[in-house]
Amino acid sequence: MPRKSSSRGVVDFRPFITILTLSGERLAADPGTVIIEGIAAGHLSITQRRKLGAAFVPEERLGHGTAPRMKLSENALLTGHAASRMVRHGFIDTAATLRTVDRATETFDVRKAKRDPEAASLSGGNLQKFVVGREILRNPAVLVVSQPTWGVDAGAAAVIRQALLDLAAGGAAVLVTSQDLDELTEIADRIAVMFHGRLSAPLPTADASREKLGLLMGGSSLDQKDTAHAVGA
Amino acid sequence: MQLVLEKRAERSNTIALVSPLIAIALTIVTMSILFVILGKNPIAALGVYFIDPLTDSYSLQEIAVKATPLVMIAVGLSLCYLANAWNIGAEGQFLVGAVAGSWIAVKTQGTDAGHWVLPAMLLMGAAAGALYALIPAICKVRFGASEILTSLMLVYVADLFLDYLVRGPWRDPKGFNFPTTAEFDPVATVPVLIEGGRLHLGAIIALLVVAAATVLLGRTIKGFEIRVVGAAPRAARFGGFNSNQLILLTFAISGALAGLAGIIEVAGPVGHLQPGISPGYGFTAIIVAFLGRLNPIGILIAGLFLALTFIGGEQAQIAMKIPLDVTKVFQGILLFYVLACDSLILYRFRLIFPSRKVSSGAA
Repeated sequence: MPRKSSSRGVVDFRPFITILTLSGERLAADPGTVIIEGIAAGHLSITQRRKLGAAFVPEERLGHGTAPRMKLSENALLTGHAASRMVRHGFIDTAATLRTVDRATETFDVRKAKRDPEAASLSGGNLQKFVVGREILRNPAVLVVSQPTWGVDAGAAAVIRQALLDLAAGGAAVLVTSQDLDELTEIADRIAVMFHGRLSAPLPTADASREKLGLLMGGSSLDQKDTAHAVGA
Repeated sequence: MQLVLEKRAERSNTIALVSPLIAIALTIVTMSILFVILGKNPIAALGVYFIDPLTDSYSLQEIAVKATPLVMIAVGLSLCYLANAWNIGAEGQFLVGAVAGSWIAVKTQGTDAGHWVLPAMLLMGAAAGALYALIPAICKVRFGASEILTSLMLVYVADLFLDYLVRGPWRDPKGFNFPTTAEFDPVATVPVLIEGGRLHLGAIIALLVVAAATVLLGRTIKGFEIRVVGAAPRAARFGGFNSNQLILLTFAISGALAGLAGIIEVAGPVGHLQPGISPGYGFTAIIVAFLGRLNPIGILIAGLFLALTFIGGEQAQIAMKIPLDVTKVFQGILLFYVLACDSLILYRFRLIFPSRKVSSGAA
């Protein structure tokens, strides 16, 4: 993905599978199908992809994005260990992990009872702000986010969407996979539709009317209506 | 009225600390009942078990001697259990470590070999224990075989192998046909710390193991990986941690520590290789690991406590003719209560009273 590109949305009914493949948690892709900063990464592990500058936010924040019974500082380490100063010669720099928690708290207004509580003790919206904030603070070149505001209250959702837009404006590539059309049309510059594992050509959001997206979601390719149904078979 | 077990909103850290104490209290109550059934005075029996061993320096040293292998093995097991890898076969790794280390002692016997013998024996014991533990770990990772079963079954293989050696090729020719090797040379023996006492260098090694495990779990990224893989497997995968690799690692470490404990026991308090070198250290260490909250410092305390039951059991046998098996019953009951009380960390009891019906339906 080119550095210059900004936010891009994918309508996808199986975002879970997509994020596993894009992040490298599930190694299913050929090397060339995932490219990070010009480097073929389809065969690389999630840690190696993070080292290339990628960051990932899965849709399920508790249990997947974070370890519920571990402190926020430990959950900062969960993704931060790959490419940061949190680990030196195998030893954890606890102060550095706590600094990440403090910065995420400050920047994204994470409400919590104490400085470093267990992840499970935060409300859904606040934990989501922490999870998104944790990745954005790593200053990624590529951020892949699945369902960024799923089950989050309106206030927190607005904060998260703005953070994604700011990151894109700063030059990072942001890829959002979601089932929420309204959210995608609000934050994405371009939208593509995933249908039975096939990705459509991206539409500029201005062109992406509900009708066009609806057709794509039904499996029709907009230009060649005749061949469209072959894809899904 | 109804008694229900209900999930707590948050885990109770208070219960997590208090649970072993509740378990010990319940165990003592149960044991008292058992003593009464056996026709013994429970107060006197408990006194012999838990108070008498603490009153003279011989049995205090003996407690430390017994705690040494328990603590070393349990620290290793705790790493496995934290990573959700269930090594039940520490007893076998203990025996294999003892056998492999003894091999050097047997081969250098009477040859005037230098002071390298003991360090080589310790290394050999640890390496053999690690390799032996890797068998169930590899079967688990490669073929999905249950490590609980395979590690347990390998205990009996190790036990019989040791038996064969001391009855066959390694038997002491001057040993009046007893199944034992000759006494190890002084260079192949773990030195005692206090002249004339039984406390040996192994106790220091056990303390070092506790310190190293504390640093590993609390301060290093590997320790963090071990904890995450056990606590939240999917988050661990997202973090990029390889659970298979961690199963191999934790099994290797726990096998190495069990093997080291085995060779220290043989080259220390026992002094030669023979069957029955372990009164079930590898199994008792499972109780130690859980009683100690899978925490190295906790394990040190729990190890001393379980060692006390071994010594107390021996004294109770002599003083009150209480069968030694009662000690095993005690340890089993203790593990049962620890695990039962641990469910109160995440759950709590609640009494539910049926709400009175306002309507006149009930006569």
